[in-house]
Amino acid sequence: MRPFDYARPATREQAVQLLAATPGRAAVLAGGSDLLALMKDGVVTPERLVSLQGLQGDHTLRFLRYTAAAGFRIGALTTLADLAASEVLRLEHPVVAETAGRLAGPQIRNVATVGGNLCQRPRCWYFRSGFGLLAAREGASLVVAGDNRHHAILGNDGPAYFVTPSTLAPVLIALDAEVVLLGPQGERTIPLEKLYRLPLAEGEREHDLGPGEILTELQLGPAAGRQVGTWEVRQRETLDWSLATAAVALEMEDGRVKRARVVLGQVAPLPWTSREAESFLTGKTIDEAAADEAAKLAVQGAKPLSKNRYKVQLARVAVRRALLAATGLDREL
Amino acid sequence: MSDDLTTLRLRVNGETRAVVFPTHHTLLEVLREELALTGTKHGCELGECGACAVLVDGRPVLSCLALAAEMEGREIETVEGLQIGNELHPLQATFADLNAAQCGYCTPGILMTAKALLAENPRPSGDEIREALAGNLCRCTGYHKIVEAVDWAAARMRGEEGTPPAEVFYGSPVPDAPRV
Ligand SMILES: Cc1cc2nc3c(=O)[nH]c(=O)nc-3n(C[C@H](O)[C@H](O)[C@H](O)COP(=O)(O)OP(=O)(O)OC[C@H]3O[C@@H](n4cnc5c(N)ncnc54)[C@H](O)[C@@H]3O)c2cc1C
Ligand code: FES
Ligand code: FES
Repeated sequence: MRPFDYARPATREQAVQLLAATPGRAAVLAGGSDLLALMKDGVVTPERLVSLQGLQGDHTLRFLRYTAAAGFRIGALTTLADLAASEVLRLEHPVVAETAGRLAGPQIRNVATVGGNLCQRPRCWYFRSGFGLLAAREGASLVVAGDNRHHAILGNDGPAYFVTPSTLAPVLIALDAEVVLLGPQGERTIPLEKLYRLPLAEGEREHDLGPGEILTELQLGPAAGRQVGTWEVRQRETLDWSLATAAVALEMEDGRVKRARVVLGQVAPLPWTSREAESFLTGKTIDEAAADEAAKLAVQGAKPLSKNRYKVQLARVAVRRALLAATGLDREL
Repeated sequence: MSDDLTTLRLRVNGETRAVVFPTHHTLLEVLREELALTGTKHGCELGECGACAVLVDGRPVLSCLALAAEMEGREIETVEGLQIGNELHPLQATFADLNAAQCGYCTPGILMTAKALLAENPRPSGDEIREALAGNLCRCTGYHKIVEAVDWAAARMRGEEGTPPAEVFYGSPVPDAPRV
């Protein structure tokens, strides 16, 4: 790892100031499980690390708060292990707690934070080998010409072919979660979905984080009767990233879907909302045929690369099974 | 910046040690290089193997992905602190008795992770043991003996006699253990 200045501010405002003072050359250190790996590989070389660990005494950053009316306010430094172990989260949003408790491995979950998970960088092997996030050479993508077996099948019309790494993000987006960002200009709250963006040029980041901005809180409303389900396809049970995931949340009325959220992970450069599946499901009662059709629609626009056609089928299966899990039909079949 | 050194008092295995180290060094590097505690191993360096696992405030973490500079005031435990006086910790003794280590490279990380598990759950099921050790790769043993050793060590720690698992056959402390 290359040397850096290490700063350990005592307040979140100081953290923001320290970051803003060296725009583009400072990085936020939370649990470090992704950032330190990126720095060891020389993929990112910040001159200054602004550690958030000095803010542990700020309980609103470190813990999860719940009220029946507003739901959860989860501090960005809450660890994934604490999220997975939270009794109240397990009751209200079991799918979120289970997803947090299943990703990476136990030692990583003990340090990995919610903010770090949502802001972690893509696992594209070209990016991680130092070819840049867009991995282009002389205007052409190395991904398209090379080994793209784990790359995007959706949302890949632009120059980005990596896939979004967080398995937590799609579930949270399906549940309409919001995030609070604090920057030199103050605080703003945006839907989590809007945190992710498609970079159009090398050097642009895949997160909508302004200079000096940090994520301070995740807000997640009460379940409010929504039917929620996820499905994750991966090769190994632990220490592995998914090949495709799907998360669905359904607001029901008289046995029919009033509003549907269908969000796929690991298939596009950002968590991928399928408007096609969502609008198809609206007004329907869910049975196997409806789940099949929604799954088909979710991957209809897929543009697989030379080595990842198989991911289209995986994504389709993930959507179908997430829908069946959400409606409890998987137990009846 | 480049020769920036950090001076900290680290709490390691119950002792307070004043250490001076390059600020960009990981806990793993500082344990091995400044403190000469080489029981904790370098593996993948990227969070994918668990060879570097140590306990921080009782919880297993990966020392390859932690900055030593962040460790002020935290209780760090490494495999060197596991034995109790001159006695091996029951986990160590059972790993030896059951041959749950072959090359031994993964063993320190597994012992520490298992220690944290048993502190929280003195009677873990096989699945709970496998789940707790899911972040520790072993390239030699096939995991079977490791899970059995943790199970048997847990029994010893509960003060039960503990029957050696049926799979034990190399150097079994029980001569007529059934062979499978
Ligand atoms: C073997 C392995 C398997 C894994 N499998 C999965 C998986 O299946 N699913 C999954 O989702 N993840 C997986 N991960 C990734 C893991 O979840 C992340 O490394 C972790 O969540 C990052 O959190 P952290 O607190 O350690 O972040 P850090 O490493 O500290 O930070 C990560 C990034 O986010 C930025 N950042 C951190 N906090 C903030 C903040 N509050 N505001 C703004 N920016 C911030 C940092 O600057 C950095 O760029 C895996 C990791 C490993 C090593
Ligand atoms: S060396 Fe730390 S996880 Fe492999
Ligand atoms: S005993 Fe050799 S790696 Fe586990």
